[in-house]
Amino acid sequence: MEWITDLFTDYTLRTVALGSALLGITAGSLGGFALLRRQSLLGDAISHAALPGIAIAFLLTGSKAPLVLIIGAAVAGWSGAALITTVTTRTRIKYDSALGVMLSVFFGFGLVLLTFIQRQPNSNQAGLDSFLFGQAAALVERDVLVIFAIGAAVLLLMTLFWKEFKILSFDSDFLGTLGFPVRRLDHLLTTLFVIAIVIGLQTVGVVLMSAMIIAPGAAARQWTDRLGRMIVLSGFIGAVAGVGGAVASSMIPSLPTGPTIVLIVSCIVFFSLLFAPNRGLVFRRIREWKAGKMLRVDAVLVDLYTLASQHSSAEHPHSERVLDVMSTISGPARRTLVLLKDLELARQIDSTHWSLTPSGVSRAESVIERQFGVAS
Amino acid sequence: MDYAIDIRDMTVAYREKPVLWDVDLQVPPGVLLAIVGPNGAGKTTLIKASLGLVKAAAGSVLIHGRPYAEQRSTVAYVPQRGSVDWDFPTNVLDVVTMGLYGQLGWFKRPGKAERVAALKSLAQVGMEEFAARQISQLSGGQQQRVFLARALVQDARVYFMDEPFQGVDATTERAIVDLLQGLRKQGKTVAVVHHDLQTVPEYFDHVMLLNVRRIASGPVEEEFTEENLRTTYGGRVAFVSALSAAKK
Repeated sequence: MEWITDLFTDYTLRTVALGSALLGITAGSLGGFALLRRQSLLGDAISHAALPGIAIAFLLTGSKAPLVLIIGAAVAGWSGAALITTVTTRTRIKYDSALGVMLSVFFGFGLVLLTFIQRQPNSNQAGLDSFLFGQAAALVERDVLVIFAIGAAVLLLMTLFWKEFKILSFDSDFLGTLGFPVRRLDHLLTTLFVIAIVIGLQTVGVVLMSAMIIAPGAAARQWTDRLGRMIVLSGFIGAVAGVGGAVASSMIPSLPTGPTIVLIVSCIVFFSLLFAPNRGLVFRRIREWKAGKMLRVDAVLVDLYTLASQHSSAEHPHSERVLDVMSTISGPARRTLVLLKDLELARQIDSTHWSLTPSGVSRAESVIERQFGVAS
Repeated sequence: MDYAIDIRDMTVAYREKPVLWDVDLQVPPGVLLAIVGPNGAGKTTLIKASLGLVKAAAGSVLIHGRPYAEQRSTVAYVPQRGSVDWDFPTNVLDVVTMGLYGQLGWFKRPGKAERVAALKSLAQVGMEEFAARQISQLSGGQQQRVFLARALVQDARVYFMDEPFQGVDATTERAIVDLLQGLRKQGKTVAVVHHDLQTVPEYFDHVMLLNVRRIASGPVEEEFTEENLRTTYGGRVAFVSALSAAKK
C-alpha cells in the first residue's frame, strides 16, 4: 500500500498519475460521444495517422517540446480523418475500407519517418519511438501542464456545445432543420476528438490509444441511460484506467504503459458487460428467469381456472395429474403449484388436489383478460 | 396566390443518376398533402432537399412566399423513425425538448418553460405518462408519436413528415390521422410521405404523385385517378386497377 502515499509525496509518480488522469478524462468523455456516433474506430485511425505528424513536426523544428509534437500530431490526425470522409463521399470505397487504408498508409509512413530520424547522427531524437507504445514515466511537469490546459479547453467546449452535440449525435438531420450549421458542428466535435486523442499519445502510444477512446464509453453505456451521466462516468473510467496503467508502468520499469492501461480498461468493460444492473448479461438472465417463472405461474393459474369453469364453483379442486397433462411445455406442475400456494393464489385440498383461492380466481381472470382481451 | 409550400425545379442527382428531375410542387395553406410514389421515386429526397439536408443540383423552395432559409423556424420536420438510433441514452421528454433547441439558440439549456411545453405536446399525442421512459423501451408506434410530439412542440406553420404511419398499429394510425387533421383545422399545412394508396382519399385532401418527375399534384378528387396512378407506378397495373376498384 506504499504506492498510495507515494502518489501524494513522490514527485515523479504524482506527475505521471495527474497527467494520465487528465488524458483519461478527456479521451473518455469525447470517446463517449464517438461511441454514440459509431465513430470509435475513427479514433483508432486518427491515433495511427498522428504518427507521421509527430515525426514531421520534429524534423521541421528539431524540438521535442510537447506542444510542438501535439500540434504536429493533431494536424496529421485531422488530415487522416478528413481524408477518410472525402474518400467515403467521393468514391465508391466504403467507410471501413477507407478507414483501414488510411490507418495503414499513415502509420506506415510514420514508421518510415521514425526510422529515418533514428539514423540521424544527432542524439536529440532519442525517445520519439516511445510514441509507439507510450511511456508514462517520461511525463514531466511541463507535459502535464500542456495536457491540463488543452484537456480543460476541450472539455469546456464540449460542455458549452452540449445540447448541440447531443442532437448532432442523435439526429443530425433534425439539427439541420433547426438552423444549426451541422457540418461546422461536426467538424468541431471531430476536432475536439482529435485533440483528446493526440494529448494521450506520448503516454499511451499511437497503437493502443484507441482503447482509451472506445473502452470507457462502452463500459459507461452499460451503467446509465442518460447522456450526461454516461459521459461523466466515461471520463471517470478513462481516468481510473489511465492512472492505474501509468502508475503501474512507472513503478515497474519493464511494463509498457499502453498495454497496461488497455488491460485495466478491458477488465472494467468486461465487468460492466456482465454486471451492470440493466444492460448487464447476468442481471438480464436473472430477469428472464423470473419472468419465465411468472409466466408458468400464470399458465397453471389459468389452467386451474379453465378446469373450474366447467363446475359451478370457480374454486373447484382438481388433481395435479390433470395439470401436468395440461402444462406439457413447462414440465410438472408441482413446483409451480407450491409457488402458487406461497403466493396464496391456490390451496392444497389433499395430497394431490388443488383449488384456486378467491384472489387466485381474480388474478386468473385478469390474466385471461390481458391475454384475450375479454373476461370469460 | 401565396402558397404555403412552393417548390420549383427541384433536381437532385446521386453521382450521375437523377433522383429528382425538375420537380415543381405548389401547396396552398391549410392542406393535408400525401406524397405518394413507388420505392425509389424520390419522396424522401424531395423532403430532404427542400429542407436543405440533401444537396440539390437546382431548385428553390419558398415557404409562405419567402425563402426557406428565412422561414426555417416556421417549418417542422418528422424524419423516418428508422433514421435514428433508438438505443441512444436519453428519455422521451428529452427528445421532445429537442424540438425547442432552435428557439433556444446557441449555448442555452432547456429549462422549466421548455419542459412544460414538451409535456404539453406529449399530452397531445397521448404519451405524457411516458415522459421519463428511456427511448429504447418504446414500441414503434410510440417512437413515431414521440417524433410527432417533437415536431408539435415547434409550433410550426408547415410540417414535413416522412412516413409517419410506417410500422404503427391501426389504433395509432387513427390517432395520428386525427392529429394531422387537427393541424389542418388550425390552418397549418402538412406534407406527408405516404405508402398506403388505399387510405389516400380518406386521410388527405391533396395528393402529389411522384416518380423522379412530378406526375401530378392537386386535390385528391381531381388528381388521384387511375390514369395518373398507372403513369406513376408503371407496370404494376393489376395492383393499380385493384386499387381503383376498391376506391369505388
